[in-house]
Amino acid sequence: MILTYGEIRDNKIKKSSLEVLCEAKRRATELGEDAGAVLIGQAVEGLAADLFGCGASRVFLMDNPALAQYSTQDYAAALAALARKISPSAIFFPATSLGRDLAPRLAARLGVALASDCTQVSVKDGRLEFTRPIFAGKAILSMTLSSSPQVATLRPNVFPLEKASGKGEVIREEHEPAAGVSRARVVEVVGERGGELDVTEADVVISGGRGMKGPENFGLLKELSALIPRSAVGASRSAVDSGWIGHQHQVGQTGKTVSPNLYLAFGISGAIQHLAGMSSSKVIVAVNKDPDAPIFKVADFGVVGDLFQVLPAFKEELEKLRPE
Amino acid sequence: MDIFVFVKRVPDTESKIRVSRETNTVVEEGLNFIISPYDEYALEEALRIRESKGGKVTAVSAGKEEALTILRKCLAMGADEAVLIKDPLAETYDGLRTARIIAGFVKIKFSQAKLLLFGKQSVGADNAQVPSMVAELLGLPQVNVVVKLDLEEDRGVAYREIEGAQEKVAFPLPAVISAQKGLNEPRYETLKGIMAAKRKEIPIIPIEEIGIAAEDLAPLVAVTRLEMPPARQAGRVTSGPPEETARQLVEFLHREVKVI
Repeated sequence: MILTYGEIRDNKIKKSSLEVLCEAKRRATELGEDAGAVLIGQAVEGLAADLFGCGASRVFLMDNPALAQYSTQDYAAALAALARKISPSAIFFPATSLGRDLAPRLAARLGVALASDCTQVSVKDGRLEFTRPIFAGKAILSMTLSSSPQVATLRPNVFPLEKASGKGEVIREEHEPAAGVSRARVVEVVGERGGELDVTEADVVISGGRGMKGPENFGLLKELSALIPRSAVGASRSAVDSGWIGHQHQVGQTGKTVSPNLYLAFGISGAIQHLAGMSSSKVIVAVNKDPDAPIFKVADFGVVGDLFQVLPAFKEELEKLRPE
Repeated sequence: MDIFVFVKRVPDTESKIRVSRETNTVVEEGLNFIISPYDEYALEEALRIRESKGGKVTAVSAGKEEALTILRKCLAMGADEAVLIKDPLAETYDGLRTARIIAGFVKIKFSQAKLLLFGKQSVGADNAQVPSMVAELLGLPQVNVVVKLDLEEDRGVAYREIEGAQEKVAFPLPAVISAQKGLNEPRYETLKGIMAAKRKEIPIIPIEEIGIAAEDLAPLVAVTRLEMPPARQAGRVTSGPPEETARQLVEFLHREVKVI
């Protein structure tokens, strides 16, 4: 079995976790195995149906009030216990902040290697081959892992969702967190930005660079984002380092690597570090005054012009598309 | 407080990366190497903690002797000591192997360590594995991707970045923390620091001295291919009155590629 981790946020399974399960199902079928999922938390059984709908044949429930709040150590221990019991051939996580925190802890506990932030998984001689960007996308590395289970995190927004039969079996697993462990504990989630999407998870990223000229103008990008479903505002390093917008919005080699369906770059010249972080976007649009800006070399559609004139006109055209 | 900061030597982020298809490795010739940017935030945080609470900051790197240059930089920035764990292997992309080396080193040489600081990931391998793995191997709590850190004598609170929010995490010491951009603004070396760093000796510990079984040092990752990303073709470029270019753009997005 390829086991996948079902990440829950706001009482829902994250889309990135469903993507991971769909990919696990495809590769498992190729290997003659099945795909499963594990849910850890409190009162989470109701979410199993979503996992069956993406191809899980078994959903393992670790339902326990002591596991209601995410704890890296307790969750890694729970997963390690399950892995030892059911011996999956592979375990996939979404490469979200939780997945990137939990998967390495689990891998170390099991004494196995980990493939981080994969963008492609294929089957080679009965084992999995993982492909992932390095240097934020300046080069692409493919690798196999000689340890078992093969643990990997998969990048959000890359693997397609696919509907499946919707039938499967729920299996309850008892697990008690160990007492007396020196552990880190989440005491509060702060600054929740009302369901605002992260750039790594958005379908459309609307980014601004030095050409935005100041922090106040990022409001224009936020207004545009309000018109486009599942979009998020990104930024270049120079905009972030100028203090115009928080670093969590930064796209590029010392920021986040993104692969949205659409990347809109306003006033971004396209430094090499930035291009590395966004060149795997499906469609790239650039608006820049400078016709020689390197961003135009990767853009599918470029507009040479003043973004402060193009942006309002673009917004107006978009509004025309909205149903009355 | 005894603080250890783990740093890695990586190609400058300005670098154009070239790969050798024969050896499946990154071509190092012509590259400029730096201390991985996230590790600099970790070091800066360590120096600030020492300045406010006292203690000692030791910078540690595992790798080839070339890594001495970045350790020297750490000393010039203000680290009290630096140590190189000499590992003959080039990049393995196997985070567990590196974590075993670091955890073994801490256990044998510095079991009194109170705080182990890392960058959230190296810029290059982009694995983001080693801090969590070291924490697990040493049985310590971890907080990754930290943008704010407050410490007391035997515990601390860290704010860690997650999608669209931050988690406030309480933890006992000793602990493993990995730094994210935003944690602080790293200082520059001073001339005095650079001069002092030149005179300091950096002990080199051969990997054999850590006492890890040979089979635990064999990489579990086999690189099958290293290649350049598919080149993107430049598309069409338009200019003219904003109303017209905006109309063409929406037409392209809505009718042609159908992403909006």
